[in-house]
Amino acid sequence: MKKEKVESSAMERKKEVLTNLENFGSRLYGQMEKGSFPWIEMPSRSTENIFYSPEVRQYILGEKTVRRTARNIRHIRPFTQLVWTAYFAHELTQKRKTSTLRDVYYSAQAYDMSFKDQSESNSIIVDLETAVGSSREDFNVFPEERSAVFGDLTIEYTVPGYEGRQLNLASHPDGMMIGPALTYSEFVKTSADKVIVIEKGAMFTRFVEEGVYKKFNSILIYTAGQAPRATRYFIHRLNKEMDLPVFIFTDGDPWGMHIAMVLISGSANAAHLRELTTPDAKWSGVWASDIVDYKLPSDKLTEVDIKRLHELRRDPRYKDELWQREVKKFLKIGRKAEQEAFSRYGLTYIVDEYLPAKLKETA
Amino acid sequence: MENALDASDLMRIPPNIYIRLASTDGTGSGAETYRLRVGDNGSGVPARHIPSAFGQVLFGSKYKLRQTRGTFGLGGTMAILYGQITTHEPAYVASSTGTARIYEYKLMIDIQNNRPIILNHKTHVNKERWHGTVVEFSLEGDYLRAMPKVLEYLKQTAVVNPYANITFADPKGRLYRFSRATTEMPPPPKEIPPHPFGVDVETIQRIMYVTQSRSMLEFMQTHFHRVGGKIAQQFLDFAGIPVSKRPKKMDPKEIVKLVRSLKKFDGFLPPDASCLSPLGEDLLRTGILKELKPEFTAVCQRKPSTYSGHPFIVEVAIAYGGEIPRKDDIILYRFANRIPLLYDEASDVSYRILKSMNWRRYKSSPSMPIALLIHVCSTKIPYKTVGKEFIAGRPEVGREILNGIREVARRLQRFLSKREHVEKQKRRLTTFSKYLPKIAKFSTDLAGKKQPPDIEKLLKSVKKFEERKS
Repeated sequence: MKKEKVESSAMERKKEVLTNLENFGSRLYGQMEKGSFPWIEMPSRSTENIFYSPEVRQYILGEKTVRRTARNIRHIRPFTQLVWTAYFAHELTQKRKTSTLRDVYYSAQAYDMSFKDQSESNSIIVDLETAVGSSREDFNVFPEERSAVFGDLTIEYTVPGYEGRQLNLASHPDGMMIGPALTYSEFVKTSADKVIVIEKGAMFTRFVEEGVYKKFNSILIYTAGQAPRATRYFIHRLNKEMDLPVFIFTDGDPWGMHIAMVLISGSANAAHLRELTTPDAKWSGVWASDIVDYKLPSDKLTEVDIKRLHELRRDPRYKDELWQREVKKFLKIGRKAEQEAFSRYGLTYIVDEYLPAKLKETA
Repeated sequence: MENALDASDLMRIPPNIYIRLASTDGTGSGAETYRLRVGDNGSGVPARHIPSAFGQVLFGSKYKLRQTRGTFGLGGTMAILYGQITTHEPAYVASSTGTARIYEYKLMIDIQNNRPIILNHKTHVNKERWHGTVVEFSLEGDYLRAMPKVLEYLKQTAVVNPYANITFADPKGRLYRFSRATTEMPPPPKEIPPHPFGVDVETIQRIMYVTQSRSMLEFMQTHFHRVGGKIAQQFLDFAGIPVSKRPKKMDPKEIVKLVRSLKKFDGFLPPDASCLSPLGEDLLRTGILKELKPEFTAVCQRKPSTYSGHPFIVEVAIAYGGEIPRKDDIILYRFANRIPLLYDEASDVSYRILKSMNWRRYKSSPSMPIALLIHVCSTKIPYKTVGKEFIAGRPEVGREILNGIREVARRLQRFLSKREHVEKQKRRLTTFSKYLPKIAKFSTDLAGKKQPPDIEKLLKSVKKFEERKS
């Protein structure tokens, strides 16, 4: 039963995106046909309209909507950019080509559409996500940054030229890049029973070398700092489709904490999107209490760190007991530690001692 | 030159003025000797007056009260005198009033006795009935240094005399032409007796000397502007002078008393402006458009007003854009009785008013290409100095200038706002025509349609909407 669902997921989503984009165009076409200026209405992304929803366990957009109309001289340029972006996204999705944010910015020039700079084209893409209700990865626009996955997971490609081909993600020790092809692949099978997410590249490599995926029956994912959306979506699918629990290991500081939190509860920037979060994922370390318990080499918190901790303490996503406790603990000890700090006890200590203890503690 | 223009104003003939300045020793730099020749097609000078008119200081045809450029016959003769002092060359004058003869004189001035010395005198037959005057004399000067001022003077003169043809051949052999743009001329000023506020003891004595009046009552009515029987009676009672007193019998003490009373009595009517000859809004506009070639101009003639018994009219014009140069400051052109004032700008009342204005209120700023023209005409321009280069800050005159500037500045503001509006609308339409077709095209592709929707209607509605608004 699980397999059935797995197979349909990526392709279904593609079709849905195409339909959404086509409907978007048809609506505008119809408006112009009737002799009126085309307009759209979409949820407002202003801060007053972003709420944390305890039910969905992520940030969501409220009831407020904004209306953009080509009748308005101030709207017509971004409006045209939006329609072009929809057209371009449709082309990409239909022809199964992928593009990056940077690439979209340049492609626009081929259609005599100009963006002032990349940040303008990026914000139009977010508009399109909001208007159509799909994330940019759904219409094949990917960010530049890449993260990686390693472990016993067999996938089947759906991208053109590789359809039907299967690959085991443990076949390359550097890990497999989580790019468009992996994002759209179908998950076939796995022997793993958990996902371990790691912030730092050095730790990811150490875990691969130490055979963590075998010892702990896990799929390893390297986020390279704040996780790209494709990676968040990938983790979400592993959790949802393969029913795998997710454990997150980050640096022991407010920034590491927040990397874990975004994976779990999402970000305000992506309040218009779903399926990027994994609410049941666990932050397993490095906690402030670990710094004390394991006597880790640590650095003093900077002023910025402390300011950030105070922000996090008031953040609705941090209301659970574990998060509140750790934020307070950081503030109390006034120190932070990186994942690499475990190396003072030898190269394998983190895998032999720390990891099993923490997996047990947070399971 | 000013005399030439006055002569043709009186004749109501559009003037043709020819000026030639030629170097006679030609060192090429510094002070040189030049021969200046000025010719006009004006009324001409009657033969018997020619020697005195050009060879005697203070001999003039302008001892009456009406607005003229010069006043007492000083300018022309003084120029000849200056030439004589610096070069010791005689002056040459030819003139005809359009009779059968042209009279030609070669003369010098006997400086000690203020008398003309006639060196030569010829009479020619005037077949074409030419009328006008030609004066030629030598003088020392430095044309290279004076050139900018000379040309500026001619250009500004052309602005306020748009009905004149002015030709200037300079020592370098260059020919400057300022052609007339109209043959219409302003109505000539009427002659009026002086207003009681404006007379001094000297004037009264001169009038007393020639008067035919047999009583002071009659004297007051005959020789003063806007004084009738009733006012004359009231005034003489006020001054304590018997109405039947014979003017010739007034002694100097009584005359002084009379003048003092004239200034104190508040029953006189203000002078009217029929003796003034402002250029008029149409001619001023013509002159500005012809010489300054601006994109926009507004002119305003203020209502006649008076200061100390002297009537005056202020005319103000503003010119914007076009060939008006962009300077750091608004360019100020000052005129008094249609003569450009070129020197001592910063001391002039107009300059101070201009500086004190808040131009932002008129959507303008001194950095814009703006020229402002102030023309004051009066039977007596309130010059501050004998050099007649700038106008003093009489409050009555200042107020008229200020209000005139405000008026034209408001009109400039309206023009600028309207233009801004039109340009904004144009930009709007351009924007719509640029983007709407693209929206149509991409939507068509997305919707999988073959024909793009008809957006002409939408574009037309934009256009119509703009037109209705503007």
